Amino acid sequence: MILEARSISVRYRRDQPPVLESVSCQVKESELVAVVGPNGSGKTTLLRALVGLVPVERGAVLVGGRPVRDWPRRSLAQTVGVVSQQEEAVFPLKVAESVMLGRYARLGPLSAPGSADRAAVRMALERCDILALADRSVDSLSGGEWKRVRIARALAQQPRALVLDEPTDSLDVRHEMELFELVHQLVNGGLAGLVITHHLNLAARFAHRIILLDRGEVVAVGTPTEVLDQGTLSRVFQWPVAVTTWYDGSPQVVPLRAGEEPGSV
Amino acid sequence: MSAARLALLLVAVTACALLGLSAGAVSLPLGEVWQGLWHGQGSGAAIVRDLRAPRVMLAFLVGGSLGVCGAALQAMIRNPLAEPYLLGLSSGAGLGAVIAIASRAGGPWTVPLAAFLGALAAVALVYRLSVVSGRRLDPHVLLLSGVVVGAFAGALMSAVMVLSDAPGVRNAFLWLLGGFGTASWRALAVFAVYASIPLAMLLFHARSLDLIALGDEPAHHLGAEVDRIRRVVYLCTALLTAASVATCGIVGFVGLVVPHAVRTMVRPLHRSLLPLVFAVGGCFLVLADVVSRTAVRPLEIPVGVITALIGVPLFALLLRRTLA
Repeated sequence: MILEARSISVRYRRDQPPVLESVSCQVKESELVAVVGPNGSGKTTLLRALVGLVPVERGAVLVGGRPVRDWPRRSLAQTVGVVSQQEEAVFPLKVAESVMLGRYARLGPLSAPGSADRAAVRMALERCDILALADRSVDSLSGGEWKRVRIARALAQQPRALVLDEPTDSLDVRHEMELFELVHQLVNGGLAGLVITHHLNLAARFAHRIILLDRGEVVAVGTPTEVLDQGTLSRVFQWPVAVTTWYDGSPQVVPLRAGEEPGSV
Repeated sequence: MSAARLALLLVAVTACALLGLSAGAVSLPLGEVWQGLWHGQGSGAAIVRDLRAPRVMLAFLVGGSLGVCGAALQAMIRNPLAEPYLLGLSSGAGLGAVIAIASRAGGPWTVPLAAFLGALAAVALVYRLSVVSGRRLDPHVLLLSGVVVGAFAGALMSAVMVLSDAPGVRNAFLWLLGGFGTASWRALAVFAVYASIPLAMLLFHARSLDLIALGDEPAHHLGAEVDRIRRVVYLCTALLTAASVATCGIVGFVGLVVPHAVRTMVRPLHRSLLPLVFAVGGCFLVLADVVSRTAVRPLEIPVGVITALIGVPLFALLLRRTLA
């Protein structure tokens, strides 16, 4: 097990209710887990707790079987790569330089990047199909390209787990599909993947397991067919939905318009 | 950096140094500078060796240090407008130094120490003020807090001067005018002792600065210990600012002008950026000091006036660009 939360509770301020309450989740090698849920359900907080950015009030977070707070930061960065929701480049680097930042956790403070580092950067650029952009300044990129640069940077860390927070946010159909296919390939190659997403249908087709969060609690966890249940989703998202089945067997969620009945789909 | 660029840089530094040695109330031809410097001969030997050489070196080190402070602060708060003067560090250091000088507790070693305490207090206050706003480390709030703390420290400086006795006021006032007129080999030694460790520390953390410039969360994910680096940057910039302010008074905008200029020349990666910022900052302040000495000979304009004349228009330009 690479990433594991054991019934964790997280509270940002003592006078407020917990943001996460007894949440458990596990991600192992070659497994893609999607975390879904309404806005404010605690998805990003779960991510932040899993990588030791916020302390847990109760429960335990384990990375590679070891409590996350016992990990030195540099070692943790060599094990878990994270692509957060947004990032703004104030002092824009070139794409290749930006991806090289992923190697910093493996570099000494004064040593220059070696051939292994350059090879890792090149491979990450190739995997994300942005080798041609290597010399471009990151402030000249489109939203989709910038996302891929950040994923390449996380891959350059050569992590065992890749964690993505809404990676397809603001991407068009082609780019979001390309991105999920990339993540799918990486996971097939042995990585553990955790994706936070609002795309229930992409989660249904790519993820091995789905965790459905609502108001800081796990409502359902299991295979896409187990979790994407019409009644549960309608209740959690407070909007009526219908669930159909795609030819490959994965459930597909269709939000209903006012007056439509689930049976009519 | 390529060998050609390095050579160019060395030529530029040497040219600035020679200009600094030859220009002044009495201008000396380069031949005389050379004779005086290496052989101790000629009428200008005393001027070159005892007055101008320490002055030029001091201006170089102070300019370099202030430039490095600016670059480090800009990376940390992710805003090209950050620098010790605008963030209130200089004024805090100035207040500490004025208290030490006016109370005549100040020897050459204690003034920088008092300035350091003042700078640290200013940093803490700026930080507290921006926390109160609930937008911790929002660069605009930080800069606003810095200006407020700077004004507050300025007011307290006036109060300290009014309340101290005549010789104390005179000393503090002369110091406040700023400049390198009192440069000596001893002042150079004191500065070098105070500045070398924080400079080395910041250079050692160059990679961490690259990461922290991405923002706290990405830096964290890439393996940086964000809180520790933040403390290192605060401490080192406070020390460097304090040493500079204790040496030559409050000189603003070097930390703004120099990193900006250097970023147009090299990649914004701190391992190459910081050394170049140091060299260019040094040259910048040496040249500003030359202007301050020669513009209205034999009077000296405080060097802070020169840097402000260059810095304020650039600030306006940068402000426009960052808000656009």
